[in-house]
Amino acid sequence: MALIDIKNLHASVNGNEILHGIDLKVNAGEVHAIMGPNGSGKSTLAGVISGRDAYEVTEGSITFNGKDLLDMEPEERACEGVFLAFQYPVEIPGVSNTYFLKAALNAVRKHRGEEELDAMDFLRLVREKVKLLGMDESLMNRSVNEGFSGGEKKRNEIFQMAVLDPKLAVLDETDSGLDIDALKIVANGVNALRGADRGIIVVTHYQRLLNYIVPDFVHVLANGRIVKSGGKELALELEEKGYSWIEEPVGAR
Amino acid sequence: MTTLEVSKDIELYQGEFSKLGATALDSGNADLGKVRQAAIARFGEIGFPTTRDEEWRFTNVSPIARTSFKLAGGDFNQVSSEMLKTAEIPGMKGPQAVFCNGHFVSELSSLGNLPKGVIVGSLAAAASHPAVRHHLAKHANFENHAFVALNTAFMQDGAFVYVPKGVVVEEPIHLLFVSTSPGETGMSHPRNLIVAESNSQVQILESYSGTEEDVYLTNVVTEVVAGDGAVVDHYKLQREGHKSYHIATIQVYQERSSNFSTQSISFGAAISRNDVNTILDGEGCVGTLNGIYMIGGSQLADNHTRIDHAKPNCESHELYKGILEDKSRGVFNGRIIVRQDAQKTNSKQTNKSLLLSDQALVNTNPQLEIFADDVKCTHGATIGQIDEEHIFYLRSRGISAAVARHLLVYAFANDIIRRIKIEPLRAELEMRVLKAQEIPTDFVFTEGA
Ligand SMILES: Nc1ncnc2c1ncn2[C@@H]1O[C@H](COP(=O)(O)OP(=O)(O)O)[C@@H](O)[C@H]1O
Ligand SMILES: [Mg+2]
Repeated sequence: MALIDIKNLHASVNGNEILHGIDLKVNAGEVHAIMGPNGSGKSTLAGVISGRDAYEVTEGSITFNGKDLLDMEPEERACEGVFLAFQYPVEIPGVSNTYFLKAALNAVRKHRGEEELDAMDFLRLVREKVKLLGMDESLMNRSVNEGFSGGEKKRNEIFQMAVLDPKLAVLDETDSGLDIDALKIVANGVNALRGADRGIIVVTHYQRLLNYIVPDFVHVLANGRIVKSGGKELALELEEKGYSWIEEPVGAR
Repeated sequence: MTTLEVSKDIELYQGEFSKLGATALDSGNADLGKVRQAAIARFGEIGFPTTRDEEWRFTNVSPIARTSFKLAGGDFNQVSSEMLKTAEIPGMKGPQAVFCNGHFVSELSSLGNLPKGVIVGSLAAAASHPAVRHHLAKHANFENHAFVALNTAFMQDGAFVYVPKGVVVEEPIHLLFVSTSPGETGMSHPRNLIVAESNSQVQILESYSGTEEDVYLTNVVTEVVAGDGAVVDHYKLQREGHKSYHIATIQVYQERSSNFSTQSISFGAAISRNDVNTILDGEGCVGTLNGIYMIGGSQLADNHTRIDHAKPNCESHELYKGILEDKSRGVFNGRIIVRQDAQKTNSKQTNKSLLLSDQALVNTNPQLEIFADDVKCTHGATIGQIDEEHIFYLRSRGISAAVARHLLVYAFANDIIRRIKIEPLRAELEMRVLKAQEIPTDFVFTEGA
């Protein structure tokens, strides 16, 4: 059984259809890259998976671990093991990073039937993951993302992922706004989380990140459709030729 | 018809005034008798404000004007130990002066170990003190404010805090006011004077609470004088009963290089009004006026502030926040005056309101009057609901929608609460908000600001 099975997914925003029938299967242990030009619907797909309510699914289905994902609230999806690393993480003044993450982790653990972590174990876990992402520990005592640089925000997303230990991670343009050093650190963090029980979907505009997070499969999204799928070499091809050769001619169906 | 009603109100207060006769304050300070006479006379001329009065446009005080209040006495036997306990702040171990209906109660106060020369206690008992003679009723102007006029007319007692030159009071002082007049519609007019002489430092909490079941009026005036280089951190916590009315004026006078801050925290009362005014009357002053209110039901909370930059090179900071549920209403009016002389003024005002229901309403009004040309003044106001993007972010990490909302309300409030420097007070308020938001209390997040 696939970890996530997306079938004929159509989704609209304010009545405008943006995804026109997406089919995608990701198995545990696989890393899939979704590439495509700006506006092709990558974030929309990520948003539909995570349960953003601006998007209306008009047709199709998503099965996650055998369950109907579209039937779940965003928090249920998270508890079931879906994680979205946001393209634009929000700043939340007045909510501390540490306590936010503790509340999240304990919600997820409770759902899994595990005991809540006590303060000591939580701190130990946080320390370990902070190190993995090369983050400044003082960031933990600040408000969620408040005053973080672009790179710190992206790292914080992967850090949260490392703590929450999801089954499926969707990384939306995690590479944007990162310099090469930060990119390597983030990629290392992601690679450390690759494993037989986890599926990862890396959404990106550029091939650059895929030098460091080498995908098993690459899909090209254009105008709300997957127009081409292949192995990691497809990413290199895209890097060379750009997206224009792949986009459908106007009027094609 | 309206005229008749108004004059009836006025007669009632004039009657109470004659019944009261001379007060302990007058006997210690003969001039005060005349001031009180002038104040009741002035009230007779202006009467209660109506919503046609610009300063009271959104706050209708006719429920107060219509009620026949009786002056409440200082019988502290009516203060149950339970009332006192809920009014205290656990962990605040410093000097505590207790007032029943505005009257000092030495039996319930604990004022041990004050630094030499520091006075905390009854204003009436200190009537002849030079600082009282010099400052009492010299700062809060009653000409155009009916409630200040009434307070001045009915001045009997309240708190007097005096900190001599250069003295630092380490422990925060708690001025604890309880209103109780069971079965009667009682009114009290506590009058407070805080004088911090040059280069002294003091932290003061004024707290107000009262019986939940009674209709009563607390009408308080606090005058604060911060001498050259003095640092005064003032807090006012209003947790009055939900049928009560709470009207307060805090009038501050700041001398050169003084630093005055106040945080006004309001939860209770059917109608509450805070006027916080400061005059920065020397170079290098800093004035900080913060406030937060959390109301619901049909409560009304009105905060009026007035910062008067009279001299150059001063700073003022202002942050007021409101959290409104149900049909509650909030008013914020922030007036900043920069006099012609007050060059290099730096002033920032922010007002943010969080509406948790469609029926809650806020009126916010910044008023900048700038007569100097080399100044930096900014102001901003936001009124809105919880940001859906914030909710989604928390939910996407597994936190339920309900908890996410609660967390975000808490965070909104905590932006003010975390600035409170009296640790036990900060903890108490944080707990209160957490409990109101049903958040586990191990969530406490105080990032000192
Ligand atoms: N909330 C929204 N409201 C209106 N249009 C949207 C919204 N989100 C996305 N779109 C539109 O959907 C299309 C795909 O956007 P998006 O999924 O963000 O693309 P990508 O992430 O690939 O750059 C774009 O045309 C965009 O304008
Ligand atoms: Mg995008």
